[in-house]
Amino acid sequence: MRVHELIRFNMKIHEFQAKELFRKYQVPVPQGSAVRSVEEALTVSRQLGAFPVVVKAQIHAGGRGKGGGVKLVRDEEELMQAATDILGMTLVTHQTGPEGRVVKKLLVEAGQNIVEELYLSLLVDRQSAAIVIIGCREGGMDIEEVAARAPEKIIRIRVNPLAGLQGYHLRELGFGLGLAGQAMKNLGLLVKNLYRLFVDNDCSLVEINPLILTREDTIVALDAKVDLDSNALFRHPELLACRDLDEEDPLEVEASKHKLNYINLGGNVGNMVNGAGLAMATMDIIKQAGAQPANFLDVGGGASAGMVENGLRLILRDDKVKAVLINIFGGILRCDIFAEGIVDAARAIGLRVPVVVRMEGTNVEEGKRILADSGLNLIGAIDLRDAAAKIAAAVA
Amino acid sequence: MSIFVNRNTKLIVQGITGKEGQFHTRQCLEYGTKVVGGVTPGKGGQKMDGVPVFNTVREAVSVTKANATMIFVPPAFCADAIMEAADTGISLIIAITEGVPVIDMLRVKNFLAGKDCRLIGPNCPGIITPGECKIGIMPGKIHKPGGPVGVVSRSGTLTYEVVDQLTRLGIGQTSCIGIGGDPVNGTNFIDVLRAFEADPATEGIVMVGEIGGSAEEEAAEFIRHNVTKPVVGFIAGLTAPPGRRMGHAGAIISGGSGTGQAKIEAFRANGIKVCENLGLIGQISKEVFGL
Repeated sequence: MRVHELIRFNMKIHEFQAKELFRKYQVPVPQGSAVRSVEEALTVSRQLGAFPVVVKAQIHAGGRGKGGGVKLVRDEEELMQAATDILGMTLVTHQTGPEGRVVKKLLVEAGQNIVEELYLSLLVDRQSAAIVIIGCREGGMDIEEVAARAPEKIIRIRVNPLAGLQGYHLRELGFGLGLAGQAMKNLGLLVKNLYRLFVDNDCSLVEINPLILTREDTIVALDAKVDLDSNALFRHPELLACRDLDEEDPLEVEASKHKLNYINLGGNVGNMVNGAGLAMATMDIIKQAGAQPANFLDVGGGASAGMVENGLRLILRDDKVKAVLINIFGGILRCDIFAEGIVDAARAIGLRVPVVVRMEGTNVEEGKRILADSGLNLIGAIDLRDAAAKIAAAVA
Repeated sequence: MSIFVNRNTKLIVQGITGKEGQFHTRQCLEYGTKVVGGVTPGKGGQKMDGVPVFNTVREAVSVTKANATMIFVPPAFCADAIMEAADTGISLIIAITEGVPVIDMLRVKNFLAGKDCRLIGPNCPGIITPGECKIGIMPGKIHKPGGPVGVVSRSGTLTYEVVDQLTRLGIGQTSCIGIGGDPVNGTNFIDVLRAFEADPATEGIVMVGEIGGSAEEEAAEFIRHNVTKPVVGFIAGLTAPPGRRMGHAGAIISGGSGTGQAKIEAFRANGIKVCENLGLIGQISKEVFGL
């Protein structure tokens, strides 16, 4: 996974938001609502009118059950206990990293009569340029583990997006999952609606694990994961409102306000680069120089003076940063103007650590002179090797 | 010699009157590219620096006999622009636009299937045959005409870095092409490798990849069976943190490939010389290609 893909190509939403979207498209989900307090949890459970009820932590990560973020409760006392325990807890799962996530919202739902658990997902397959439907009879568990152990159990169906979903896709899926009768019909309807949801909302992934068969032969999405294509959010303003800043790194949120592509990585050398590929290669160079990249920061092709200042400010806000490497391959960009931008930014912010600047483009000599004459802790580098050596010296 | 574009390429620019379109059209003209027309709906009949502007691609192609187009329209209209161009029978489409929704690209890709038309991009720097034709946003002057090295990359500025090192060592390029970093794009590594293999002037190939997806692994496999020329490979992002990925289903599709280490191993296993330090890629190419 490319680092910048995460920011550029996907926006995650919560399970309860995904389920609201499901409801809008007649994809069956359990009755329930999202809450922020124990009192609200109690109110929702009374509206549901019957136990068991399921209490689920709402964070942008999978594996919540194993981490203690999902509880089945049988009465109000258990419900209040579970809500109290989960709200505010730091939930650590295999997807959150060791620091975990603080739970601020819960989904309170009606329990279901589960007969069987299936797996279903829709996603964009870049290789076949198709929307792929993946189904598996063994749901409710780690699908990657199933794929590794028993690949024949995974059903993949490619849908040409120009022709759209056809009846035979549904038959291949339904028979493949071993369904028949009413359950097969219900699945077909669900997948049709889900496909429409996927395309209408520019999803990059819709995953239901588990999708359950109930005692009543209905099919219900017990879980719901939806990732949206960030590039398409301009045509879905209502989905943009689903963004939850609590789930994001504060520095990354700050960066996105300035249209900077930033990821905090926790190392000691901050860096600012134009272009995502060169930014990743620059991080590699920092590591090869014996240091650790503190971040990924792509200021984009047309790096303006304002972006440089915002970028530098952001990098220096991280206390762990002991040096900064700025690597700009301008080409068309004029280095003298860029250098003036760096000097102005450095003056405005105040440099507490050495900043190595490697730049390439028109008027590069003039640019280097401006850096050298500034009297600031700005170190010019002639090429990447030189930049790496100077960074190594700066953090040694 | 070169691949895909040369001094005979006749280019139109879709979105020629926009800020980016204007700026880069001028840069291409300055480099010597034959820009014969432009398209901006509603501005037909006007001129941009002497270049005639048309309302539709069909009109532009029929009047100018252009055989290539460069697209600068905003992301919301890019799929439309690509399909409009493809429908005129134009043979080469270079889409520079960044941020095209992936579902739009799925439709475009299926629309182009079976058509005799090559798409490069979107979200790419374009293609240049140094000294002959520049179509895209790359700085022309860092390139050196005459070959013998072909460069293909998923990235923009990273490609410039590689080209710059080659040029400084006195090594010219036949053609340099950025295929773009989006999940669904037109021309892929294999298409370009096949073309470089067939180009008599290209003696060595530099391939610049990134972590994610499996394009590099497939290219490596292709090279083993189909490319006789020496290839130097580089992968950006070896130190990018693992574990921040898209979700389970994505990993199933790609079969768990995509890590930097897996790509490097695929390169090595298929006879590609791996450059691990970007600062040395020019030097290593010089040695491997015997230049």
